[in-house]
Amino acid sequence: MSPSAAEPERLPPDNYLADGHTLWSWLTTKDHKRIGVMFLGLTLFFFFMGGVFALALRIELLTPGRTIMGHLAYNRMFTLHGVTMVWLFMIPAIPSAFGNFLVPLMIGARDVAFPRLNLASVYLYVLGASIALWGMFEGGADTGWTFYTPYSTTTGTAVLPVLLGVFIIGFSTIVTGLNFIATVHTLRAPGLGWMKLPLFVWAVYGTAIIQVLATPVLGMVLLLVALERVVGAGIFDPARGGDPLLFQHLFWFYSHPAVYIMVLPSMGVISEAVSAFSRKNALSYRMIVYSTLGISFVGFFTWGHHMFASGQSTFGAGAFGAMSMLVAIFTAIKIFSWLGTLYRGSIAVEAPLIYTLGFMFFLFFGGMIGVAYATTSLNLHWHDTYSVVAHFHFIMVGATVMAFLAALHYWFPKMFGRTFPGKLANGAALLVIFGFIATFVPQFLLGNLGMPRRYADYPPHFQTLHVASTTGASLLAFGLLCIAGYLAWSLRYGAIAGDDPWGSEGFEWKSQSPPPTHNFPVTPEYPTGPHEYAPREAEVPHAA
Amino acid sequence: MPPEAATEHWGSEGARQQAAHLGMWIFIATEVLLFASLFTSYGVYRSVYPEAFRAAQLTMDVGLGTLNTFLLVTSSILVALAVHAVREDRPGLGGVLLGAAALLGIVFLAVKGVEYAHHVKEGSLPGDFYRLREVPQVGASLFFTLYFLLTGFHALHVTVGVGLLTVLAVRSASGTFSAAYTTPVELGGMYWHLVDVIWLFVYPILYLS
Amino acid sequence: MNELLRRLFFLPEQGSTFAVKVDHLHYFLFLTTLVVATGIGVTGLTFLVRYHRGTAPTPTPRVVAPPWLEGLFIGVPLSFFLLWFVLGFRQYVWVSSPPRDALDVYVTGKQWMWKFTYPGGPSAIDTLVVPAGRPVRLLITSRDVIHSFYVPDFRMKRDAVPGRYTEIWFEAPKPGRHLVLCAEYCGLDHSQMRGEVVVLKPADFEAWRAAQLGGVPVAGLPGAATKPQPESMAVRGEHVAAAQGCLQCHTITGAPHIGPTWLGLYGRREPLEGGGVVLADEAYLTESMMDPLAKVVAGYVPVMPGYHGLLSAEDAGALVEFIKSLQPTRPGVTAAQEPAYVPIRR
Repeated sequence: MSPSAAEPERLPPDNYLADGHTLWSWLTTKDHKRIGVMFLGLTLFFFFMGGVFALALRIELLTPGRTIMGHLAYNRMFTLHGVTMVWLFMIPAIPSAFGNFLVPLMIGARDVAFPRLNLASVYLYVLGASIALWGMFEGGADTGWTFYTPYSTTTGTAVLPVLLGVFIIGFSTIVTGLNFIATVHTLRAPGLGWMKLPLFVWAVYGTAIIQVLATPVLGMVLLLVALERVVGAGIFDPARGGDPLLFQHLFWFYSHPAVYIMVLPSMGVISEAVSAFSRKNALSYRMIVYSTLGISFVGFFTWGHHMFASGQSTFGAGAFGAMSMLVAIFTAIKIFSWLGTLYRGSIAVEAPLIYTLGFMFFLFFGGMIGVAYATTSLNLHWHDTYSVVAHFHFIMVGATVMAFLAALHYWFPKMFGRTFPGKLANGAALLVIFGFIATFVPQFLLGNLGMPRRYADYPPHFQTLHVASTTGASLLAFGLLCIAGYLAWSLRYGAIAGDDPWGSEGFEWKSQSPPPTHNFPVTPEYPTGPHEYAPREAEVPHAA
Repeated sequence: MPPEAATEHWGSEGARQQAAHLGMWIFIATEVLLFASLFTSYGVYRSVYPEAFRAAQLTMDVGLGTLNTFLLVTSSILVALAVHAVREDRPGLGGVLLGAAALLGIVFLAVKGVEYAHHVKEGSLPGDFYRLREVPQVGASLFFTLYFLLTGFHALHVTVGVGLLTVLAVRSASGTFSAAYTTPVELGGMYWHLVDVIWLFVYPILYLS
Repeated sequence: MNELLRRLFFLPEQGSTFAVKVDHLHYFLFLTTLVVATGIGVTGLTFLVRYHRGTAPTPTPRVVAPPWLEGLFIGVPLSFFLLWFVLGFRQYVWVSSPPRDALDVYVTGKQWMWKFTYPGGPSAIDTLVVPAGRPVRLLITSRDVIHSFYVPDFRMKRDAVPGRYTEIWFEAPKPGRHLVLCAEYCGLDHSQMRGEVVVLKPADFEAWRAAQLGGVPVAGLPGAATKPQPESMAVRGEHVAAAQGCLQCHTITGAPHIGPTWLGLYGRREPLEGGGVVLADEAYLTESMMDPLAKVVAGYVPVMPGYHGLLSAEDAGALVEFIKSLQPTRPGVTAAQEPAYVPIRR
């Protein structure tokens, strides 16, 4: 932690946290910052729950045969883990929590465009999450988070409440996305042009486009599954003339872009953090902007790569494979740009930077495995094995959770006005990264060996790698608990941070930390783009 | 005058209106995608079961469907005229036109109800409830599943729209809106036109062709 | 080298010709990944040390990538990605296009077992016996929910989807045993839905099949758990055709009726109503049962009802085998070059 020049002793008195201390003042707030903090608390809670479910799964997999639970309990447990992590944690984590908090601050606005809708999205989220979880504990769906028909329409478990819960959460997502698009279009401060926007804002904007366009399709497809169960509608049931593959097409039309809902905002976080902690402008701002928009556009045309083994036409497989290669190139561009941003910088080794480096490495590996799937022939071996499990955990945990932790540490002083113990944070970051590697590299090798996913029981030759993975998972869990511990401590006892403890030139730091209720007493001016640490004339071309 | 013109976080009333319109357009985009998945399913199954779909289509009451089309298009015109009237600073006339449009929406729903009653009597119902003798079940039951989904969702939108138009009509008649404050009427109008346009796609694929 | 890399990446035994091809692409792609990953790691660490806040000058200079560097960032990975795609997709096409002389086996998944049926009989549960060195085509379907037929040693899987047939083929070069797993989540005992592929020498395979058809369990053979089925698929197909009323419109004598005759239909090239030609293979025949109006043979009225949901997967397979068994006795008239399946009679 770099100490700021003058150590203030108290938080500024006019901050948004001090503006009303009652529960009522939080429940009825229209302040985007308080809504962001509420989302942060809720998503952290569900992250914890999802993590507990994950550990239960890992313990069951320690030995072949029954370890702590039977097949039905295992099947319900992985559904619970998937639904919790995807819809209750991943999708709202960065956009709804950090996006809500930061986007208005970054564009010099006093709030988002529709504050009341914003509050409604919190309530929709809580309602949907409650219904889904109630259903999970009451009856417990055992379909996996993908709800593939005809299994999901014929299984005897309680699928309906889960479908309904996810359906309602979908509305929360749409409202959030709608709000962000309108905010970025209409509330930018005077003088803040599109190509001066912070890269996090671009990332959230790209995410919002996917949120509003993809989520309605999910809503409808879940409703069709529900109708299938209630009235035997027949749309996806081969016995009634329907086609189960249509479900997969519609589902992945949402769920593939949904991957980008989870990963695009994390790329935005990394773009900010890498600049802030190396005191450098982005190596290629416009490449990152265009690749963000490229991902949100091309991401809509790659869903078929989840279905290479399903019997879709060979031509279809080829087209989707080629499109997937195009999406991968956008990610590759970003990785090179982040790496290049470090060049000739002034790098501070703080926890967010360590997470950023971990992020880049894991995103690269996870992405390259994705590229391997897109060759179509390799996918025939790996599809639906632990290789896929490892692949999306590399992206979802290795990239998104790392970015989430980077964001949590980078913006902790912004949100709460206090710093955390820096050395401890660095240690925990290394622990989390090693725990991650130990958990998921064995899973990747398990996939090579041919271990299919969603197996409660397995042939004995897979056991060694499973034990290694479970060991890694315990390490990862321990690291995460450490972080929870010192951040909770810092919330009350951390040193007062001051307005800009990192010396960052990101636009969100133009306001006081923590910001006052209406962010800016005077709208700030924007003479340059974000993260310009050098005087304008000192422009040096990249010498490779 | 607009009641909340002095909202704290807007720089100007112009920006506020722009945001409201943009928000409405995004909302319309999500609605289009919502219906798009149903239209896609229709397209897929129609290409799989062209005969059954044609046979099922022949049992539909084209007269009532056409009447409903006429009702919706007329009400859409009335809403357009209402928006125009409010912009011309004649909120009273706007209120009357909006009320008339809402009334046509209610008639539309009534006609739809009569049609649904026919279907229940005939047994042309989705999935397991299908009892229509003349057309074999495979394929035709999917047609009626999609028919009820498309028209049901549309009717839901019409119901919301009627409620919206009624509120707008009352507020307009009581003079809330003026040439300086037209945004709610315009947004309500956009929503009603969306409902109308969706019907213009639903009608031909279910009743004609 | 191959063996070393295979062990390094924890890949299982290479049990099929496809496995060898796929593994080579795997090595190429993954070694490249490792090299680039090392490059990224080394570059990152070098920057970290070289430009550490303690020693680096502040303020930092403004560095912007020149266009040629941006072009490099886009162009180099893109050319690698496209190269891999071309290589991989060629393999995918190869494994999706079975050779003509392949041995057909019908695979039916159901919760939670695999059933393998040979056109001339017999059928077996959970054990697929195939001859070494001969292509085997699997025609896969399911009776309940979606399953996925997965043989890690062959590096391939294909979903078993209810209501339709999917196909894939393999050739196992040498005798051995390979694990079969279900890779698509299918409910309670998904993880127990295992089977085995037993590759026998061609002579052993014929002996096994003959023994199975004779109803004599062969001691010591891995298929000991399998049950002989007296009725071959073609015979069963004849019963199905009669029961479903197919023969009211289709003859088996060669005379055209309301629909085309089935005699010699399999493997014939049929002109289509509205132009085009279609090869009457398994795919076309099953499609014509489920969705008859998609491709109507020229000169016939589109009147056939669809049997989607009416014919079980096994019955549809039996019908195809029945049609395939109806080859004209005079050679050289039609489909002479096609594999003619003569039902094995006891």
